[in-house]
Amino acid sequence: MLEIVWHGRGGQGAFTAARLLGAAYTLREGRCALAFPSFGPERRGAPMRAFTKLDERPIAARSETERADITVYLDATLYVESAPRADGVVLVNASGPILGAVTVDAGALAGELGIPTPNTAMLGALAALLAAPALDEIERAIDLYMPPRLRARNKEAARAAFHGISLP
Amino acid sequence: MNDGCAQRAFLSGNEAFACGVRLAGPKVISAYPITPQTVVVERLSEMVEDGSLAAEFIHVESEHSALSCAMGACAAGVRTFTATSSQGLLYMAECLPYAAGGRFPIVMMNANRAVALPWNIYGDQSDALSQLACGWIQAYAQSAQEGLDMVLLAYYTAEHPAVRTPFMVNLDGFHLTHTYEVVDIPARADAEAFLPPFETDNRVDFDEPKNMAFSAGPGHCAVFKYKQHAAVLRARAVVAEAEERFARTFGRRYTGLVENYMTQDAEYVLVTLGAVAGLCRDVAAQLRRAGVKAGVVRIRYMRPFPDAELTAALESARAVAVLEKDISPGRAGAVFSEVLGVLAGRPALGAVGGLGGEDIAARDVHAIFDRLRAGETGVYFIGIGGVTI
Repeated sequence: MLEIVWHGRGGQGAFTAARLLGAAYTLREGRCALAFPSFGPERRGAPMRAFTKLDERPIAARSETERADITVYLDATLYVESAPRADGVVLVNASGPILGAVTVDAGALAGELGIPTPNTAMLGALAALLAAPALDEIERAIDLYMPPRLRARNKEAARAAFHGISLP
Repeated sequence: MNDGCAQRAFLSGNEAFACGVRLAGPKVISAYPITPQTVVVERLSEMVEDGSLAAEFIHVESEHSALSCAMGACAAGVRTFTATSSQGLLYMAECLPYAAGGRFPIVMMNANRAVALPWNIYGDQSDALSQLACGWIQAYAQSAQEGLDMVLLAYYTAEHPAVRTPFMVNLDGFHLTHTYEVVDIPARADAEAFLPPFETDNRVDFDEPKNMAFSAGPGHCAVFKYKQHAAVLRARAVVAEAEERFARTFGRRYTGLVENYMTQDAEYVLVTLGAVAGLCRDVAAQLRRAGVKAGVVRIRYMRPFPDAELTAALESARAVAVLEKDISPGRAGAVFSEVLGVLAGRPALGAVGGLGGEDIAARDVHAIFDRLRAGETGVYFIGIGGVTI
């Protein structure tokens, strides 16, 4: 099982990204996923978490992830504040390099496309780190589960980040 | 989104449940929104609006009215649906035995949530487990798929002439209602083949007028209650019949009032219900690899209560623990109290956890088995311990 923990601030779309990742992964038969937010107060700007679990077998445990394979920070200030564990890959939305983390300037990529949230760009960057889902599956999930007026721009953001990330 | 064909989708438990309701085709839906149930009634109102569900959606002013309205519609002879949670369930509590005693086979979704005070919108099972005696059938799902499937199974069972009893389908708040997963949505034609149209003579009929929702004095009241009790007990066989029919129609098989995991030779068995059961099975599998004869029973139905099934599943158990998300202060969790009845005096440990949405981790379930194997009995709160006074 591959476990991804998303850190974001309320309004950045971290849970939407967590859900789209699960949807993209499970487009192929035989793949299973769970996606859920941390169940706590929901306030714009406040730190929140979301979880995606991916596996090729049914996933029984619905508990929060304690040891993530990949930890994604939609906001670099949260990475600094939360002093992350050493284990697993860390992906941060940041304009410059951060020691021990893979970075992508998702905020800038999204901003150029007129998208106020870095979530779909981070999703594209994450896909570059994963064997599955493929980028085209991410795009299909956006087509299936985002409102029509948002699809083209968000697919573009995912594509740009997928190709723009410098792999470790 | 809905052309009536079978499809596979990545949905929350609430969204999947609404798809199940659409397939069952109630003619009247009366509901009041409450977290974490809200998305069910939002989706259903959208389905009514877009014409994919031919039903009257009545947005009532309270849960008391939601169930009263459902009873009225059911008394008019049509299939009805409502949904609630927590304070909403408690607010409609006066109407719950009314619907059961009136033998109105309403199906209700309850999103399990803590009850105030303290005020808390997150998941636990205190709401439904406080209403075991209200006369309703009670089932607990462990996945979005099971929730969806239970809608169809619930209507089949509730409306069966041998049962005619309302049915409460419980989904753990957030852990099921707000968790997204892959769900197979059956084709409409298959759902219609599985679930016969609702027919009842327990309805208002100007050609054959009858007295409904009447009073009964001391001489007759007990007879009505006896008949209710017998009807819920008869649901045991109807659940089995419905699940067999369901497996033939949809290819998914359920396991009756309980679901057993490695219980055949188990010495230490954990009994639980709802979404946390999967975690418990994972832990039991780990313990088995370490040579511990661990097993898990997931209770799927609290009413009718699975006495015979639990007796059989716990036959080899030296000690039994119960994990549940509720507490009846001054006693124990409601499930623990009920399970004691089949243990014939064997050691029993009650673990109360997940209250107010607290996450239950693998180490918490390991700790339950550790305590059980150490001979501990009584009731304790996960993360706090047993009460000392």
